[in-house]
Amino acid sequence: MTGFVAVLAATEDIPTPDVDWSAIAPNLILMLGGILLLTVVSVVRGRLPGWFHAVWTISVATAAIVAVVPLWQRVQDSGPESVLAGALVLDGFSLVVTATICVSVILAALLLEAYLRRERLGGPEWYVLMLLSASGGVTMATANDLVVVFIGLEILSVAVYVLAAMHRRRVSSQEAGLKYFVLGAFSSAFLLYGIALTYGATGSTNLSRIQAFLADTVITQNALLLGGLAFMLVGFGFKVAVVPFHNWKPDVYQGSPTPVTAFMATAVTAAAFAALLRVYVTTFGPTYRTEWQPLVAALTVLTLVVGAFLAISQTNVKRMLAYSSINHAGFVLLGVLAASAAGDAATLFYLVAYTFMAAGSFAVVAVVGRRGDGHHDLSDYQGLSRSRPGLALVFTILLLSQAGVPLTAGFLAKFYVLAAAVESGYTWLAVLAMLTAVVSAFMYLRIVVTMYFAEPEGEPRRPRIPAAAGLAMGLCVVGVLVIGIVPGPLSDVANDAVSQLVAVGR
Amino acid sequence: MDAIWLIPALPVAGFLLLVVAGRKLGDPAAGWVATLAVAGSFVVSAAVFLHLLGLPAEERNVTVTLWQWLPAGSFQVSFGLFFDQLSGVMCLFITGIGALIHLYAVGYMKGDPHYSRFFVYLNLFVASMLLLVLGDNLLMTFLGWEGVGACSYLLISFWFTDPANASAGKKAFVTNRIGDLGFMLATFLLFVSLGTVNYTEINAAAPKLAGVTATAVALLFFLAATGKSAQLPLFVWLPDAMAGPTPVSALIHAATMVTSGVFLLTRLSGVMAEAGWANGLIAWVGVLTALVAAGAGVAQNDIKKVLAYSTVSQLGFMFLAVGTQNYVGAIFHMITHAFFKALLFLGAGAVIYSMAHEQDMRRYGNLRKYLPVTFVTMGIGWLAISGIPPFSGFWSKDEVLAGAFNAGPAGPVLWFLGITAAVLTAFYMTRLMIMTFFGGAEHWRTDAAESLPEGGADEDAELSVAGHDTGHGAHSDDAGHDHHHLTPDHTPREAPVTMLLPLVVLAGLAVVGGLMNLPFSHRLENLAIWIEPVLAGEHELPGAAVLWVLAILATAGAVLGVWFSYRVYQQHKVAPEKVEKPVLAHAWYIDETYAKVVGGPGEASFDAVAEFDQKVVDGAVNGVGSGTRWIGRALRPLQPGFVRSYALGVAVGSVLVLAFVVTRMSL
Amino acid sequence: MTLQLTGSWYLVLAAMIFAIGAVGLMVRRNPLVMFMCVELMLNAVNLTFVTFSRLLDDVGGQAVVFFVLVVAAAEVVVGLAIIVAIMRRRQGANADDVSLMRG
Repeated sequence: MTGFVAVLAATEDIPTPDVDWSAIAPNLILMLGGILLLTVVSVVRGRLPGWFHAVWTISVATAAIVAVVPLWQRVQDSGPESVLAGALVLDGFSLVVTATICVSVILAALLLEAYLRRERLGGPEWYVLMLLSASGGVTMATANDLVVVFIGLEILSVAVYVLAAMHRRRVSSQEAGLKYFVLGAFSSAFLLYGIALTYGATGSTNLSRIQAFLADTVITQNALLLGGLAFMLVGFGFKVAVVPFHNWKPDVYQGSPTPVTAFMATAVTAAAFAALLRVYVTTFGPTYRTEWQPLVAALTVLTLVVGAFLAISQTNVKRMLAYSSINHAGFVLLGVLAASAAGDAATLFYLVAYTFMAAGSFAVVAVVGRRGDGHHDLSDYQGLSRSRPGLALVFTILLLSQAGVPLTAGFLAKFYVLAAAVESGYTWLAVLAMLTAVVSAFMYLRIVVTMYFAEPEGEPRRPRIPAAAGLAMGLCVVGVLVIGIVPGPLSDVANDAVSQLVAVGR
Repeated sequence: MDAIWLIPALPVAGFLLLVVAGRKLGDPAAGWVATLAVAGSFVVSAAVFLHLLGLPAEERNVTVTLWQWLPAGSFQVSFGLFFDQLSGVMCLFITGIGALIHLYAVGYMKGDPHYSRFFVYLNLFVASMLLLVLGDNLLMTFLGWEGVGACSYLLISFWFTDPANASAGKKAFVTNRIGDLGFMLATFLLFVSLGTVNYTEINAAAPKLAGVTATAVALLFFLAATGKSAQLPLFVWLPDAMAGPTPVSALIHAATMVTSGVFLLTRLSGVMAEAGWANGLIAWVGVLTALVAAGAGVAQNDIKKVLAYSTVSQLGFMFLAVGTQNYVGAIFHMITHAFFKALLFLGAGAVIYSMAHEQDMRRYGNLRKYLPVTFVTMGIGWLAISGIPPFSGFWSKDEVLAGAFNAGPAGPVLWFLGITAAVLTAFYMTRLMIMTFFGGAEHWRTDAAESLPEGGADEDAELSVAGHDTGHGAHSDDAGHDHHHLTPDHTPREAPVTMLLPLVVLAGLAVVGGLMNLPFSHRLENLAIWIEPVLAGEHELPGAAVLWVLAILATAGAVLGVWFSYRVYQQHKVAPEKVEKPVLAHAWYIDETYAKVVGGPGEASFDAVAEFDQKVVDGAVNGVGSGTRWIGRALRPLQPGFVRSYALGVAVGSVLVLAFVVTRMSL
Repeated sequence: MTLQLTGSWYLVLAAMIFAIGAVGLMVRRNPLVMFMCVELMLNAVNLTFVTFSRLLDDVGGQAVVFFVLVVAAAEVVVGLAIIVAIMRRRQGANADDVSLMRG
């Protein structure tokens, strides 16, 4: 008893790290926004209008973007900082990825609002999970420590596993949830094992310490470290769907509720690539680049080729887009592979551009899917140009952008990563990437041709376009065109962001 | 002179206006809007051109940067327009001929159910083409390059409603994508080695390029050009592209888009000057294309296909000029060719229009009696393309051939092959004229469609093209008609004045076009004086005496071709089949080797060219498509749907990754 | 002679457990057992972390284990919920029955 009193009476402080709350404001806003939504809804159950959840989510995500702006200024003025005792890093790169994730939350929330109404599903859980997942993604992007990367990845993933399985009446939704969950947990174990081996080899899980350690020390026995790199690559490769760790993606994308697919294609991809880039390029790049580059080059080849060729043999548009996103992942991987400032900027540019392209495309898919979210066959797009000319035009622009046609975001995104790859000496890979782009262009064109030239069997149905979904599509098309025509601001930001990508210790 | 942004902006404005209000404007207001937009663009071009004319040679260019497209960083590209001697000339003839063809289309497309959509595409095409030539850097050109390509597919398949049948558009797509790949690669290569994609900077820095790099860049751009400008071995899409409406064939597939490859290489003359043997290759590919296509032209019965092969052949002449670094000759021939080939296509369109959309020349005959204006104007085009002085084609073709003659030791051989192609040109064009306008017999009165001899191997293709042409809206009033409604009691009538006016103007240009660049004295070589300041590369025409001899020989060749054709088709001194045989056999050697290399079937006739086109190339194009599909299908079992199989995939992947890492370990 | 249990013994043991878990996930068809295999893998990693922590004399590795345990617990909650949802729809289903989407 006296001991207890003594403890209470002790005056000396337990050392706690300084917490710079403003530096983690975006993440906090997302997380608290999610939790608060759950709380508010359970307190005032039933008295809230249907649109409340979506508006709340969008406001929270917007607030997070607003919070990013002063931080961006701060980073531009005084350079990157490490936060929370070196667990997180505040730099331009993490901030841009944060903003991207928030944008995809906004777009997905708009889609979700229309979707839930149509499917007669409801509840705040969808939005809560999405906000929490986004918070995990932001954690991943800001992580300065392998363990934090892992935790961020789990927060992100666990929420998405649930979201994938949330459509109660669709069997394929549950199938998607189960597949994603089992395989995701499987691959997380690989990632974690890789982290453990890296820890063993370098004595730390902190990225900046690892970087410093590798710069100072010549490791003669590199088995542990290389093993760690290999296992981590499996874990990250699974999340960004690098072939051969990709095979969950078509099934999960197809089975998940379409707005969730849009969220996965944008936020999850962006966060996972951000972490991959920070670990491989920033941390291991200066010293161990030559060890992982051949490996990643081989994976890039597989990813590009398999994504393009499998996409072509599909007849389900949602699945086609899933495979095409694998091809896109191959392109982003080119930027990572370049392991240079130009490559980092290109990667970031691609991720932002792809957010608009993918979210918009899946928005169209969600609308055409009609009630039940099941009308995704190519034949469901026949005659769309006549029944819904606007929708067909939107989809055409987005698909052309995915194919990389000039004056759209996709062209410049591809151009930047290819240029970065060529600059780093991967000309052959750039050629191959362009060839696969030709192959996937066939697929996009096939959809466009179907919409414009194919005669529908029977009366073409006019899918209803809810206002929220229309707004999301509009935003995406505007984004794609603005980035394509005036890419200056974004590429400035990407270049500034990347120059800041320096992991900083305490 | 900042107003040059108006040049592409006016067609863009027309395009946007028609997208929004095209259907309301309807027929013919939509067509007039489109025509005015392009005509306005022509006026601006002409004004800027005249302004430049008053300046000293080195100041004759205007750059307008609309905005920084890709700013910052190591890679700066502006959305800039560059109007100089070369792009100015291009602008003038694109907008000029473009306006005329728009005007023609106002009448030609009358009654089409998608009337306004046609002009939407057409305006978009002109805008893209202007961006292509006006862009001050490679990316801008690429933008236009893709744009014209897209419009081309859209317009080729304009009358196709079923995507399965749109194989012509598909073929154009595949060949052009192969070319685009070359364009992108060459751009990267230039950017990586010179750090810029701006034309002025590239040409200035080109001497610093390593020889190998310059050669590679030149070859890659040439690959791009072979796709777009329909050269061997990628020329196959152009004859099929004739499935589109005739104004499209005239504008896109004869006068403008297909010449963009020539323009590109001329624009980059600085790089080409360093490219070494790539130039020789270009010259040879050009002359062989000219020959092969001219040969194929002899065996065609579809009037538009004759002209299509003829276009390929004339483009070959232009590449011959580019390859011998005779850029002035190339541009000169490009312009005169635009005049007379557009004229011939539009004339052919007028004939087709009057003949109830029948395109088979074997059903024509004696049309001069019914279509006097068309006959006279097309006759001028015929004389021009055949190379009869003093029509424009003579001067430009002579310049190209004379330049080739002087190009190193192989020069005379190039010249000889070129002159052979020219003789063939005169031959098949005379054949076209005779079959269409002469001969006492009016074949549509005597021969039923079914009784036509099964001559051409590409019979089916022709008929299907003709079928789609007839299927178009000019006859939507009698919906449900059959393909061949050219009845024996049909009386051809001259086309409306909107269609005839462009013919007359183009005929005038085809007559006097040669004045641009007369070889008699340097003072008269206006085009050369104008363009040469922006060109690099050594090139000299032969001396006056040789020039005269060559010119006389060329004229003699042209006359020979015409006379020979006259004997065969008008006087019937020799049965066409008999006369054709030696000629057929001759060109077949080329084709046979070609066919053997690719593994396709070769047949002992000129029609083998067509056959080859049908079977092998179509097969290859479809093969690429089905091949990729097949690979895709073959990969699908890797995706069996079982969770454990996916886990196995991940595990196998990690084992492979580990295996790789183990090779790098040092323990 | 006494057997010296050096750090590498633990590491090798952990690697073996990890491999057993990975293979188990591939060969078993009961979703619950598959999930237990994942747990096995995660615990193998925990063992690795603790071993390194001892070898390096760094407490950080042991702290990681707590995080991993929490994450594993969260995964259990979610995973079981999904599995139960599927099982309720189809009695006695195994993982191979869940293969509507393929190709």
